[in-house]
Amino acid sequence: MKIAVCVKQVPDTWAEKRLRESDRRLDRESADGVLNELDEYAVEEALRLVEAHGGEVTIVSMGPERAAESVRKALSMGADAAIHVSDDGLAGSDALATSLVLARALDGRDFDVVIFGSESTDARMSVVPAMVAERLGWAMLTFAQKVDVDGTTVAIERAGDGETVSVRASMPVVLSVVEKINEPRYPSFKGIMAAKKKPVESLDIASLGLDAAAVGASGAWSEVADFAARPAKAAGTVVTDEGDGGAQVASYLVEQKLI
Amino acid sequence: MLFTSEHEQFRTVLRQLVEEEINPYADEWEAARIFPAHELFPKFGAVGALGLCYPGEFGGGDADQSYMAVFAEELGRADCGGVPMALAVQAFMATPALARFGSDALKQEFLAPAITGEHVCSVAVSEPGAGSDVAGIRTRARRDGDDWVISGRKMWITNGTQADWICLLARTSDEGGYQGMSLIVVPTASAGFSVGRRIEKMGNHSSDTAELVFDDVRVPVRNTIGEIGHGFQMQMNQFQDERLVMALMSVSGARRAIDRTKEYLRMREAFGQPLIANQYLQYTLAEFVAEVEILHGYLHHAIERYVEGQDVTRDATMAKLKAGRLVRQVADTCVQFHGGMGYAEEMWVARYLRDSRLGSIGAGADEVMLRVISMMEGMGQR
Ligand SMILES: Cc1cc2nc3c(=O)[nH]c(=O)nc-3n(C[C@H](O)[C@H](O)[C@H](O)COP(=O)(O)OP(=O)(O)OC[C@H]3O[C@@H](n4cnc5c(N)ncnc54)[C@H](O)[C@@H]3O)c2cc1C
Repeated sequence: MKIAVCVKQVPDTWAEKRLRESDRRLDRESADGVLNELDEYAVEEALRLVEAHGGEVTIVSMGPERAAESVRKALSMGADAAIHVSDDGLAGSDALATSLVLARALDGRDFDVVIFGSESTDARMSVVPAMVAERLGWAMLTFAQKVDVDGTTVAIERAGDGETVSVRASMPVVLSVVEKINEPRYPSFKGIMAAKKKPVESLDIASLGLDAAAVGASGAWSEVADFAARPAKAAGTVVTDEGDGGAQVASYLVEQKLI
Repeated sequence: MLFTSEHEQFRTVLRQLVEEEINPYADEWEAARIFPAHELFPKFGAVGALGLCYPGEFGGGDADQSYMAVFAEELGRADCGGVPMALAVQAFMATPALARFGSDALKQEFLAPAITGEHVCSVAVSEPGAGSDVAGIRTRARRDGDDWVISGRKMWITNGTQADWICLLARTSDEGGYQGMSLIVVPTASAGFSVGRRIEKMGNHSSDTAELVFDDVRVPVRNTIGEIGHGFQMQMNQFQDERLVMALMSVSGARRAIDRTKEYLRMREAFGQPLIANQYLQYTLAEFVAEVEILHGYLHHAIERYVEGQDVTRDATMAKLKAGRLVRQVADTCVQFHGGMGYAEEMWVARYLRDSRLGSIGAGADEVMLRVISMMEGMGQR
């Protein structure tokens, strides 16, 4: 089985993130870059699938030079090879442009399964997996909390609000996974040393044969028009309970049109 | 340069392991006076942390000692001293001689499962009657055909109640002094072996420390590490790793303690300003920062020399001495600057004071380090 895992480098989840005044984009220099947490679950799931069924795992990432660190981390967990798409012209890409680039990088390489984390901690759109599936014309199995492969059939369990949905499709498929699916392994010392020697293919806009105007800021369908810092928390209303605390809270909620 | 990008990647893994697999349980394990070594060690084994510098053939990482530094520095940052000490015993104190001088069969049987963390191990040198003076040990292994028959007692043995095997220093002849000792791997499942008692200690509560009893314990002579009769020399060699690891853990622990104390002084106000505004407090910590960094640099230099294959006895001895003394001052000062909170169990500081006190006793007391240095300087003799 040939599996690709799409990963993204994001600013450290716990760091305070800032938008830049100049271009209203996320200031990626202001925080350490880390492998998007949910993508670790995607890598883990891919590794478990090949451990059970045989095959190989290729990491695919679009991102600046420094995203190589995150690609390396995924390789040190045990993936076999990587494709890193990096180009200054990709800066400012929105979800549509990103999906275009990823789909182009994935296409024609005989992958049976492509796995994504279900969202990135920076953009949090959760749409890229679906867009890539659409562009490739593959089946799409999103928000999986359990994956089973039987021959060329991939079956997933997706947690709904009140029920668990079972969905299956024939390969090739695009999967996105949620946190519940597994417990990602830590990279091991041997994995880290081995990752140094694993092949990483570098691609850019030209080598993918993409139109530069279709990607990056120029190809974006959406634009951040304006932004403002989150207002400081206003002082709350303190209700002192003198026997009528419950009633006071209720009337406050009514006032706020919450009940 | 000592550290490459791979070192930093592995450092991140260890830091995460400490934060996720040790720190959340530190309070519980401290209170229980033990931690589950057979559950925890395989997690460190899985990332290769327990066999970094050992041969790949037996599951080790084939790394040089610069990775020992990464290990010690990250473990030294844990929220308690006991569990890191237990891990350090497994990875760098009970196993170096076996890895260096043991037969392949012995390494397959005992080193390989220690590297995965499946086996827990201890090193047993100290006895009720002899600690600093290793030549004074009395535990005796008598030869009976192809077996050793061991009798005696060992004291202060870290991991002692949980160990699957012990790297034991015993007398194997009547030569006396530094002669006639051997290192023998003793499985704790052997008949005649028992844990005499678990010792209640001032600190490192999460680590089990035991007195061990050997009552005619029979093990095959092939369990001897290296040459019979060379045990003392091999143990002295093994002590270098132990002392370097202890010193590195102390130094990184001290750095973290200083940082946490700085944070507290920033937050805590007295006399209308944050405590950190007092120059007396600033300078005291600044001086410690200087001392910690100088010692850290010295240790990195020692590790570099170790990697080059040089004898680091002198470096390890001096660093262990100075680290043991320095953390005592740092810990005492951290308690002082926290006021009542420094004395309370709800903060980290009191535990740090208790745990770090071991630095001047374990792995050879300060005075033993001074003795070694004196001998090297041509003052005093064996
Ligand atoms: C928590 C803990 C864990 C330990 N883990 C292990 C372990 O896993 N395996 C193991 O084998 N041992 C272990 N030890 C034992 C440790 O190595 C010894 O305690 C240490 O070597 C000191 O020996 P001792 O306790 O017998 O002190 P002693 O030898 O009785 O010495 C007492 C004191 O006398 C002074 N002194 C000694 N010799 C001289 C001298 N020549 N000149 C001047 N002053 C001197 C020193 O101040 C010394 O502290 C552990 C100890 C502790 C407390």
